[in-house]
Amino acid sequence: MTIEISNVTKHYGSFEALKDISLNIPKGELVALLGPSGSGKTTLLRMIAGLESIEEGTISFDGSDLTDKHVNQRDVGFVFQHYALFKHMTVFDNIAFGLNVRKKRLRPSKKEIEVKVNELLELVKLSGFAKRYPGQLSGGQRQRVALARALAVEPQMLLLDEPFGALDAKVRKELRSWLRKLHNEINVTSVFVTHDQEEALDVADRIVIMNNGKIEQIGTPSEVYDNPASPFVYDFLGNVNLFHGRLHKGKLNLGYAQFDAPDYLDAMDKNAVGYVRPYQLNIEREKKSVDAIATKVYFIHSIGPKWHIELKREDSDTYVEVELNKAEHAQLDLTVGEVVYVRPKEMKVFIPEDFVI
Amino acid sequence: MKRKRRKKNVLPGFGLTMGITTMYLSIIVLIPLSMVFIESSKLGWQGFIEVVTSDRVLHAYKISFLTAFSAALINAVFGLMIAWVLVRYSFPGKRLIDGLIDLPFALPTAVAGIALTTLYAEDGWIGQFFTLLNIKVAFTPLGITVALVFIGLPFVVRIIQPVLENIEKEVEEAASSLGATKKQIFTKVIFPELLPSLLTGFSLAFARGIGEYGSVIFIAGNMPMNTEIAPLMIMTKLEQFDYAGATAIAAVMLVVSFLCLIIINLLQKWSRKHEMQGE
Repeated sequence: MTIEISNVTKHYGSFEALKDISLNIPKGELVALLGPSGSGKTTLLRMIAGLESIEEGTISFDGSDLTDKHVNQRDVGFVFQHYALFKHMTVFDNIAFGLNVRKKRLRPSKKEIEVKVNELLELVKLSGFAKRYPGQLSGGQRQRVALARALAVEPQMLLLDEPFGALDAKVRKELRSWLRKLHNEINVTSVFVTHDQEEALDVADRIVIMNNGKIEQIGTPSEVYDNPASPFVYDFLGNVNLFHGRLHKGKLNLGYAQFDAPDYLDAMDKNAVGYVRPYQLNIEREKKSVDAIATKVYFIHSIGPKWHIELKREDSDTYVEVELNKAEHAQLDLTVGEVVYVRPKEMKVFIPEDFVI
Repeated sequence: MKRKRRKKNVLPGFGLTMGITTMYLSIIVLIPLSMVFIESSKLGWQGFIEVVTSDRVLHAYKISFLTAFSAALINAVFGLMIAWVLVRYSFPGKRLIDGLIDLPFALPTAVAGIALTTLYAEDGWIGQFFTLLNIKVAFTPLGITVALVFIGLPFVVRIIQPVLENIEKEVEEAASSLGATKKQIFTKVIFPELLPSLLTGFSLAFARGIGEYGSVIFIAGNMPMNTEIAPLMIMTKLEQFDYAGATAIAAVMLVVSFLCLIIINLLQKWSRKHEMQGE
């Protein structure tokens, strides 16, 4: 009962857009394909929809092979970043389009179509807009019309290509929580593409992180955020501080400081990088242990309830970013120029050979 | 009491550009056109009616408008197809064909007329095949239409091309994902988007066709009550130094053409109703 993607490969000329992708999407889930531009996420989505041909591998839905099925036979709803509404049709006609183009014997009656469209207008909170043209709507409204249009044909899969990419920050937030609710209400498997990690973490049941045509990691938002499988995922999901050092028998040595790296007990004198998120760092006034690094406070600013402290390492020219909450900040009472020690609460160490291709 | 404040336009230079526009249009278009009416008024109402309703002139009007209309119609169909081919497909020699489209614009109309007459004459390269089918092209209204098709083609193609290029691929993909067949995508999605520009191209080709003289005059044969076009009637009057008569015919053509263009414009406005912004 899933979308099954197995061993899918795609080239554009000599550029390999997708490299041997295999992925299962369970029925009813809302899955995000997350990655930077050029990572192949949109290509994969368009292949599921049938808008791109499949060179190698297969895509099946509920066990039936979709590979050679034309897009207009696939039973998918596709939502585009730039809405792709029919400009010359009213909102009503846009939503009814999918029903109106059906073969006569499958087409619902005029009355049924009207009922259905009005239902959908209600669902996307646009009742009263039926007679408007797309040109008369705001971006958020247009995207909701596009969504209603896709849902009108009662698709098995709903595919969304950066659906909120063209909208401003506030509308985007509203629409994505609304999409989450909508997905829970209707029985459909949804896949959406985004390059916005916050959006993916916020909305999706599962996140598929892609880079360079490959899947880096698949997991729930908390899994991928808390346990990134690769330096790329670490870097892509939020800010991260890098500590370059030598790894030897379970210890990462930076010269002035040393960290435990229990995953690498038998590593012998290798270059390695420690990854620490800004909120995983403590700031202390005195050096109490070997894993504290001397730094000088460089810049302090607040973002809403959080405080961001930028510190310059005393032993190198690199900067460290620390995130504190209000209480911590008040207690520390830092001043710019002061020398303090940062100590990681947690650290994940990767050896570069592992990920350099 | 509120004081009336002069509404300031955000863009500067309105006064200057509007002034130049009005003057330019007056000198180039309005004054010459009004001369047509002034000159023809010398005939008096009675004389005017007599000139413009004479059998020969009426027939010339009929020929002019009918041939221009059918030529514009033919161009609308085939121009759309040519634009489609040039935009949607890539093939060797595409740029060359694209360049050929403009040729009717560049070629002196008399040259075109002579070339077409030679080709379509009864024993001409193309004409001989029509002769086999017992169809005469040169020196008939059909020949006039052929010349006008030649002249009007670039209008339709050049106006549709950019619009077709600008239709987003995504819109078609959206229609396809909603289950539409290729035919439905064309008739329900692409064609309605093209219709306004198709009408524009049609009206330009039509307007050009009504006024065309040079290329038609050779292929028409200019037989009274058969293949005389209205511009030729004007020329004939001029050659007889009957300026008032010539302008009278011109005045009627002007009014009818104007009415035609208004109708086409209204059609266009109707087909463009979705582009209205706001309430």
